[in-house]
Amino acid sequence: MRKILLHRALKLSGSEKLGRILTTGAAAIAIISTITIVFFISTKGLSTFLVDGISIKDFLFSTHWLPDRLPEDGGPQVGVLAFLLGSIVVSMLAVLLSAPLSVACAVFIAEIAPNWGQRVLQPAIEILAGIPSVVYGYIGLSVLVPFIRNNIGGLGFSVLAGFLVLTVMILPTIVSISTDSLRALPGEWKEAAYALGSTRWQAIRLVLLPAARSGLMTGIVLGLARAFGEALAVQMVIGNTRKIPGSILDPVITLTSAITMDMGNTPMGSLWNNSLWSMGLLLLMMSCFFILVIRFISLKGGAVR
Amino acid sequence: MLKKSAFIVFALLCLAALFVLAGCGGGKQATDNKTQQLSGNVTAVGSTAIQPLAEQASTQFMAKNPGVKVVVQGGGSGVGLTQVSQGAADIGNSDIFAEEKSGIDAAQLVDHQVAVVGMAAVINPAIKIDNLTKQQLVDIFTGKITNWSSVGGADQKIVLVNRPKASGTRATFKKYALGGAEEANGIEEDSSGTVRKIVKETPGAIGYLALSYLDGSVKTVNIDGVAPTKDNIVTGKYPVWAYMHCYTKGKPGGAIDAFLNYMMTDDVQKTIVPQLGYIPGTDMKIVRDAAGNVKNK
Repeated sequence: MRKILLHRALKLSGSEKLGRILTTGAAAIAIISTITIVFFISTKGLSTFLVDGISIKDFLFSTHWLPDRLPEDGGPQVGVLAFLLGSIVVSMLAVLLSAPLSVACAVFIAEIAPNWGQRVLQPAIEILAGIPSVVYGYIGLSVLVPFIRNNIGGLGFSVLAGFLVLTVMILPTIVSISTDSLRALPGEWKEAAYALGSTRWQAIRLVLLPAARSGLMTGIVLGLARAFGEALAVQMVIGNTRKIPGSILDPVITLTSAITMDMGNTPMGSLWNNSLWSMGLLLLMMSCFFILVIRFISLKGGAVR
Repeated sequence: MLKKSAFIVFALLCLAALFVLAGCGGGKQATDNKTQQLSGNVTAVGSTAIQPLAEQASTQFMAKNPGVKVVVQGGGSGVGLTQVSQGAADIGNSDIFAEEKSGIDAAQLVDHQVAVVGMAAVINPAIKIDNLTKQQLVDIFTGKITNWSSVGGADQKIVLVNRPKASGTRATFKKYALGGAEEANGIEEDSSGTVRKIVKETPGAIGYLALSYLDGSVKTVNIDGVAPTKDNIVTGKYPVWAYMHCYTKGKPGGAIDAFLNYMMTDDVQKTIVPQLGYIPGTDMKIVRDAAGNVKNK
């Protein structure tokens, strides 16, 4: 009898232990990889300033990208302002276009046509999310770029092509988060609005959207973060010209494409390579900033409810 | 119950996969110097310009030496040079001299020049120009001339298509075609295939490509009346070309040495090299050093 009890107790504690080890192990791997990656990017990225002695001001606010110029000619210079502005312009424009579109889609799925929307539109948008970014880029390169060149003007490789591709790419992110947050609203709120005599559109506009705004904002910021970090698809259609664009039809370059462009041919440990890591660090800091914004929004959203 | 055990199995599989992946990174070459049967692993990393040549040569080499495994990877010349100087790869492929790349200790690397590749200025096929003087070419790429009418073409804006600054093709073109002049900003693409596509499709576009990338879809331009042909390159009339280097750290032995020797045999030099659009080093009537000085052989 005692033996059986002991056995049972052991078996139970055995499986408990296993579960604990598995989950703790998985969590540890996630935490360790985050810490090591951040540490690695930081040490590499900071060595531009600490080892090679480039000032942060020159790095962030200069447009002179001359990493191969000899010291006697006034080089090397690694100003990334043009890349940073390119990233900001392209992703902001994408969000400006994508956010209203996505929120409207989410309203359609969650409120206007819950059945049809859920059965047809939601899978369609999930498929959109599953298309690899190289395919987006390839479609952009083969369809969008010639279309812009022949019908609107310029080279085709442009800010316009870049943000249009990004608009479609971040659409699923914003739509799915917005839909979830609209669905999470208590049904009574909508019913109360109807009971007070509001029409469907008034209920959506005056009650549901304002109530779900923290979720909508989270979706939009996540979309912005995705747009900022996207490299491949954008690189294929923006023309990668290291200049601040003068118009929406000018080619442009982003931080991500500036990194992929040079990383294969620069030796590790050189200033050139280090400055690419500094750009990576800049991207990392941007996404940390976006995460902080999301945290802040959800905190505020909680207070409103 | 079923779900729980399925989850545990899945989790264990994930962990196992992780360890296997981690284990892969550790396995490095184990070359032994047996004279009879060659065995071991050879990793060749670097320039994408050499990659097709190295890949074809390695396939044939492995068919002849079943005990040897040759792995060829791209990544770029800089990656090749870095990896080989750090000892992470056995062979570092590069289309520029190690001395030309800052941050690389060239003294500890041994150069094996496996072939020569020419580079040509290429233009959109609709442009009615066959020849540019060197000065015109410099003016175009530095942004002084911005319209094709200035060099005898139609009234059309010139669109520059560059490779990134770190590219070996760009470095060679800048050094030998533009006399070191700094290119103006233009479209930049990190692969030669994309450059070819853009030059082909964009009206008024000019770029540069290794001759191995020419397929008739873009038009080459003569420089000072000299066409970018094999004959003009081997005699030194056409200056825009580069050696394809396979660097090793110190003198190679065993399978690495055998593979590099195989690259120089007629099996490779007389068939694969010309097929892919490269020029065998033995055909060259001139030699050039890292500083760009040319001598007759």
